[in-house]
Amino acid sequence: MRYLPKSPAERAAMLQEIGVDSIDDLFSTVPAEFRVTGDLDIPRQHSEHEVVEAFKAFAAENATGYSSFLGAGAYRHYRPVLIDVLSQRGEFLTSYTPYQPEIAQGTLQALFEFQSMICELTGMDIANASMYDGSTGAAEAVMMAVRVTGRNGAVIARTVHPEYREVLGTYAQHQGIPTAEVDFLKNGRVDLDKLDAAITSDTACVLIQSPNFFGTIEDVKPIAEVVHAKGALLIVSIAEAVSLGIVKPPVEADIVSLESQSFGVAVGYGGPYCGVIAAKEKFLRQMPGRLCGQTVDKEGRRGFVLTLSTREQHIRREKATSNICTNQSLVALMVTIFLTVYGKGLRDLAEQNLAKAHFTAESLAGVEGASLLFEGAPRFNEFVLKTPSTAAEMSAALLDEKIIGGLRLAQWYPELGENASLWCATELTTRAQIDAATVAMAAVREQELVNA
Amino acid sequence: MTPTAMLEAPVAETATQRTPAAKPFVGTPRKATTHTSQNEGLIFEKSSPGKKAYRMDELDVPAVDAAALLGDSLRTDLGAMPELSEIEIVRHFTRLSTWNYAIDLGMFPLGSCTMKYNGRVNEAVSRIEGIAEAHPYQPESLSQGALGIMHQLQACLLEITGMDAITLQPAAGAHGEFTGVLMIRAYHESKGNARRKVLVPDSAHGTNPATAAVVGYQVENLKSNAEGGVDLEALRAAVDEDTAALMLTNPSTIGVFESQIQEIADILHAKGALLYMDGANMNALVGKTRPGDFGVDVMHLNLHKTFSTPHGGGGPGSGPVACKAILEPFLPAPVVVEKANAQLGFNFDRPQTVGRVRMFYGNFGMFVRALAYILANGPDGLRQTTEDAVLNANYIRAKLDGYFELPYKTASMHEVVFSDKLQAKNGVKTGDMGKRLIDYGFHAYTTSFPLIVSGAMMIEPTESESREELDLLIDALQQISREAAENPELVKTAPHTTRIRRLDEVGAARKPVLRWKAPPAKESLTPDSAAKEW
Repeated sequence: MRYLPKSPAERAAMLQEIGVDSIDDLFSTVPAEFRVTGDLDIPRQHSEHEVVEAFKAFAAENATGYSSFLGAGAYRHYRPVLIDVLSQRGEFLTSYTPYQPEIAQGTLQALFEFQSMICELTGMDIANASMYDGSTGAAEAVMMAVRVTGRNGAVIARTVHPEYREVLGTYAQHQGIPTAEVDFLKNGRVDLDKLDAAITSDTACVLIQSPNFFGTIEDVKPIAEVVHAKGALLIVSIAEAVSLGIVKPPVEADIVSLESQSFGVAVGYGGPYCGVIAAKEKFLRQMPGRLCGQTVDKEGRRGFVLTLSTREQHIRREKATSNICTNQSLVALMVTIFLTVYGKGLRDLAEQNLAKAHFTAESLAGVEGASLLFEGAPRFNEFVLKTPSTAAEMSAALLDEKIIGGLRLAQWYPELGENASLWCATELTTRAQIDAATVAMAAVREQELVNA
Repeated sequence: MTPTAMLEAPVAETATQRTPAAKPFVGTPRKATTHTSQNEGLIFEKSSPGKKAYRMDELDVPAVDAAALLGDSLRTDLGAMPELSEIEIVRHFTRLSTWNYAIDLGMFPLGSCTMKYNGRVNEAVSRIEGIAEAHPYQPESLSQGALGIMHQLQACLLEITGMDAITLQPAAGAHGEFTGVLMIRAYHESKGNARRKVLVPDSAHGTNPATAAVVGYQVENLKSNAEGGVDLEALRAAVDEDTAALMLTNPSTIGVFESQIQEIADILHAKGALLYMDGANMNALVGKTRPGDFGVDVMHLNLHKTFSTPHGGGGPGSGPVACKAILEPFLPAPVVVEKANAQLGFNFDRPQTVGRVRMFYGNFGMFVRALAYILANGPDGLRQTTEDAVLNANYIRAKLDGYFELPYKTASMHEVVFSDKLQAKNGVKTGDMGKRLIDYGFHAYTTSFPLIVSGAMMIEPTESESREELDLLIDALQQISREAAENPELVKTAPHTTRIRRLDEVGAARKPVLRWKAPPAKESLTPDSAAKEW
């Protein structure tokens, strides 16, 4: 086996030096009836070339050569070449969690820079060194708010990503955290009156998303006022991180849970991504996950360490703030490199997204019988389109033109009907693709009229 | 004398003049030599207005007036986000990378962490366009490749573990534990009583009790027996109708296979409790024995340990959970199924599911790498891998026994746990010797874990080390044991050869500085003042 650096003679010599006759002597503590005697029934050993071919064959069975208007929590943005060139350096790729800081300053300084940039972008005081993703990050943020407030309920906007809400439901269920959901208005924003009514004296926090699942940007300030007046904390979840380049950050929030996949991480069929929790400084002791901090060495030189680990499971065990151990460090490095490449230019990137999505929305809504839902509030790079035929029919027709259209919403929002779908355009969406989608959609409409 | 002065002190002195710390080494480091490394400030300190490392595409749709579209929601200030050119970014992160130790540089004898070689073909195949660019919501008919990867990986993992059903959704080992214990809870609830407590041996990883607590169980610690394994009498006494499960690591965290595993399972099952296996040490079992055959009901795997996906400085991981048929109804939704039209797809209709534990389908990129690893190995390669891991650990044990105390004499599998008992007499602790190992060109072993061994030195070589590299480690540790006797100060103040010395961790926690902040304008850093940081 090509990964194993030993010759048969070396193995034999080592066994002799250990003082056993055969390798099976070293497995003698495994009861005989439980030993595997033959080969496992898995594919035979492949050459490197065969491995590559096997995955090329898998890849060929996935969509290739399609233009896509899917977003909904996984966003296609350009990934600068530097991200892989630098993050694939073996010193980053094959290093361990930086528990020995003297030989892990590279990872630690990059994490410190990651935390710093997340604070700059979200307007929060502190940020951790990553969570698994935006969905578990939002759930952990809610549990954090429960610890902070000593209260025990959560109110959640229905415009939070449906899968985030499902994950939160799984976590909350066994923590005994009651949850209530609040509806949205005709403009796509959370219904502030209903939100106000849903908050009780036992509500620990309110969770909203902005831009929300429909792409609508929430007006965070008045929401924060309502939430804070009742003594609860406001958590803002952000699934499309590029929005932070042009949308005012939710500085009125107490906790921000960010999914940073948009910052240079491939959509990759849903993961690995990179969640992160940022918060006001006063909530530091209840923060879950690893934190990287600045300090000095014995000779006064600046250095970085993982710190405040008395919150964590390897020290606190059952009293820890979370059971999280492994996080998304390498993905956080990719995010850091992406943010360094764009820097203040994140504004330019975000503005192109805004322009492309605006043009796409106008173009598609211009097809006869189509219209935009949730008008009257600002959007970033997603929008909900009501099409003349059902989302499923439209989608099937567009696939024939090698276009993956918007996402059907009825599975989560039956009240929007079968004709509503969620569309996304990023800087990678071209005019030609937008025009082709518009033409294809118009053709479906014409065909329907002919059939009628 | 400062530590640096110690290091630079002349070597040739008379015996009467020589202080114990006159030489940087009592022995000779054969693996490492110090060399120049580049200084580098924080990215923010290198920024200056107007520099750019990107150019946007030509905009092919009409430009928009952002202020008009966004109104009050418009952002006007991006804070202190950095502005640099491309070459500066390349150098910044390349310089940082050279400050890390990594498997690609040498052995990582970290017990329990399984720092094995990460095959580079795994990285290559995960970046094939149809795989890296697949959107999680693209139609199933256009996702047959992604589903096929998941389906084949699942089949392989089920065969390797001997279990009946599996989910790939959990994002890491601790997340897998969470999922597995949720399933245990749902199972008991389906029988009318969720039960109250989960048993956790005192040798367990910290994630085990933390997980049980997150799922709402009381944690009851179980004392280990004299061999470091499960004490059957203590277990019998602890298990009752209120016990939901035992969370067991097998081989245990001292690297010993629980030979009485059948009895352990029987004791639990007799009271209706379940056996959860922490699969952190599965790399000692693959191809040699299967948890599904020895009584485990549910377990997680760490793809970033046993199946070689890179640790990446702390993640991403992936923590699939495999279970017996009785727990299958409770798996997180969705599950991958073969549909009537011979296509693969997701089934969301799972009335008894514990729910979703992560959005989409899990850390898919890790599935790709793990499957590539399994294909590269095949059944013979996986078996040889396990055997070599166990061979390496036992070789180290044989060569270091006597230099360090071996608290448990039971046969080791893939890792061996020594203690610092012999060296502690001279005031040298496990953590000191771990730091000293850095000077010899290695990463430290795992220090002070498991908790049942005072001053634990936990060494796991993995299969990826040649005999030469093992001999270098053995030589280094033998020399360190000599240094601990002859010159304890030298070991206690290690490392001496790294670009920074031991860091003030107490200060870091007492006055946390967790982010960079722009200095007041008039004191803004110049390149010279930034350099002074070093």
